Amino acid sequence: MIPPAFAYARPTGVEEAVRLLAGAGEDAKVLAGGQSLLPLLRLRLAFPELVVDVGRIPGLRGVREEGGTLVIGALTTHHAVVADPLVRRHAGLLAAATATVADPAVRHRGTLGGSLAHADPAGDLPAVALALDAELVAVGPDGRRTVPAREFFVDYLQTALRPDELLVEVRVPKTDEADGWGFHYEKFSRVAQAWAMVGVAALVRRDDGHIAQARIGLTNMGTTPLRATATEEALAGVGAAGPAGVDGVARAAQSAAEGTRPAAEPAVSAAYRAHLARTLTRRAVLAAARMG
Amino acid sequence: MTRISVTVDGTTYEDEVEPRLLLVHYLRDRLGLTGTPIGCDTSNCGACTVDLDGATAKSCSVLAVQADGSEVTTVQGLAANGEWHPLQKAFHEQHALQCGYCTPGMLMAARDLLRENPGPSADEVRHALEGNLCRCTGYQNIVRAVLAASGAAGPAAAEPSPQEVAP
Repeated sequence: MIPPAFAYARPTGVEEAVRLLAGAGEDAKVLAGGQSLLPLLRLRLAFPELVVDVGRIPGLRGVREEGGTLVIGALTTHHAVVADPLVRRHAGLLAAATATVADPAVRHRGTLGGSLAHADPAGDLPAVALALDAELVAVGPDGRRTVPAREFFVDYLQTALRPDELLVEVRVPKTDEADGWGFHYEKFSRVAQAWAMVGVAALVRRDDGHIAQARIGLTNMGTTPLRATATEEALAGVGAAGPAGVDGVARAAQSAAEGTRPAAEPAVSAAYRAHLARTLTRRAVLAAARMG
Repeated sequence: MTRISVTVDGTTYEDEVEPRLLLVHYLRDRLGLTGTPIGCDTSNCGACTVDLDGATAKSCSVLAVQADGSEVTTVQGLAANGEWHPLQKAFHEQHALQCGYCTPGMLMAARDLLRENPGPSADEVRHALEGNLCRCTGYQNIVRAVLAASGAAGPAAAEPSPQEVAP
C-alpha cells in the first residue's frame, strides 16, 4: 500500500535533527534504516506529519572501544554489526542474535539503534540489550543523557526517549570469552525469517567450574523485553559441567516465566509461551555455559 | 515534493517525487521498470529485492527519497551485451521457476550471496534466500540453480542432502 503523506527532512547533523524533532513534537517520526517504520507507514499504522531521515548524519555508524566498553553508533546496520570484529570478540551475544534478525536484505538496511528505539517486544535486540546491560545514549535539546537498558523499555513500542531526543549510541560492556563469558541466543519461530514466538538471550560467566553469573533476556514474553531474574538468581553457583550441573540448569530454567505476562494469540497461548520460555532458557543457558 | 537523482541500471534519472513514494513504485510507475514486482505489503516476500549501493534491499521498504544519490541495480540490469547473467542462465537451465513472480528477487538475493560467498553450501544458499518466498514451492531447483551458477556444483553438490528432502 501507499504510505500516508508526510513532510520530509534530511538533517545533516544531530543538532539539526533534534531541532526538527523539538519543533514537531509528537507528530514527528525518526527514520533510520526504515525496516520497521516503512512497513508501519505502508500498513497505515502510523501517521507522522514529519519524517526526520537521520540516515545520512555522519558519525553515527561504526564500532569503537572505550576501555571495557564497546561503543556502537546507533546507525550501524545489522549487517555491519554481525561482521564487525570488535563486536564478535567483545559482544558475541549481540553478533549471534543480530544474525537471526529478519533476512539479509533487511539486515543491510535495518539499524541497531532503530531496532532498540522501535522497542518491539518481539524484536530480538531489545532482550539482547537487556542481557548485555547495555546503556543507550540520547541527545536532546539539553544535551546528552545515558539511559540503562533496564530503564529504556517502558511499554509496548514505548521507550524512555522523549519526542525531541535522538538515540545516538549504544554502549555495551565487554563480555569476552577469555574472561569466562559464554553466550547463546535461542529463537523459536515457525518459519524462516519470522519474528520470534519467544526468544532467550543468555549470557553466562563461568568461574572455577561453576556458573558465577547469568544474565537472561526474554523476547516476546510481555509488552517489553524482560530479564528472567528468578532463573538468574537460581543459576548462581550451579556447576558448569556434568549431570548435576545440567540438572541444576534445568531446575533454574523452571522459573524463567516468573513475573512475565506473555500475550495470547490465536496460534500461541500465553501458557505455551511460558512453556517455551522455560524450555528455551534451559537450552540457551546450557549452550552459553558450553554444557550442551 | 523533493528532488532526487538516482542511477538505475546505468541510467541517471532526475525527478521530483513525493517523500512518501516507495522506491519500488518509483521504479515501476515512474521509470516503467516493471521487472521488479510487488509481492506483498509486509516486507516478507522479497519479490521486490534490488541492489542499492552494492547490497540488497527490499524496494518496498525504501523511500525513493532515501535512494537520492544512490545506484540501483534491478533484475533488468543483470544481462550485459545481450548475454544473460550466469544466475539467469542457471535458473533457466535448472528449471528454477514456474510462475516467475519471485524470480527477480531470487536472482538479486542470490547475486548478493555469491558476491560475499562465491562457493556457498546448499545450506548457506537456503539461509541467504530466507527473505525470498516462492509459492510454487520451487526452492529445490532454485537452490540447485544458485549452486550451479556458483560453479561449485558438480552433480553431487547439486543433489539435495537427505536432510533437505525430509518433510
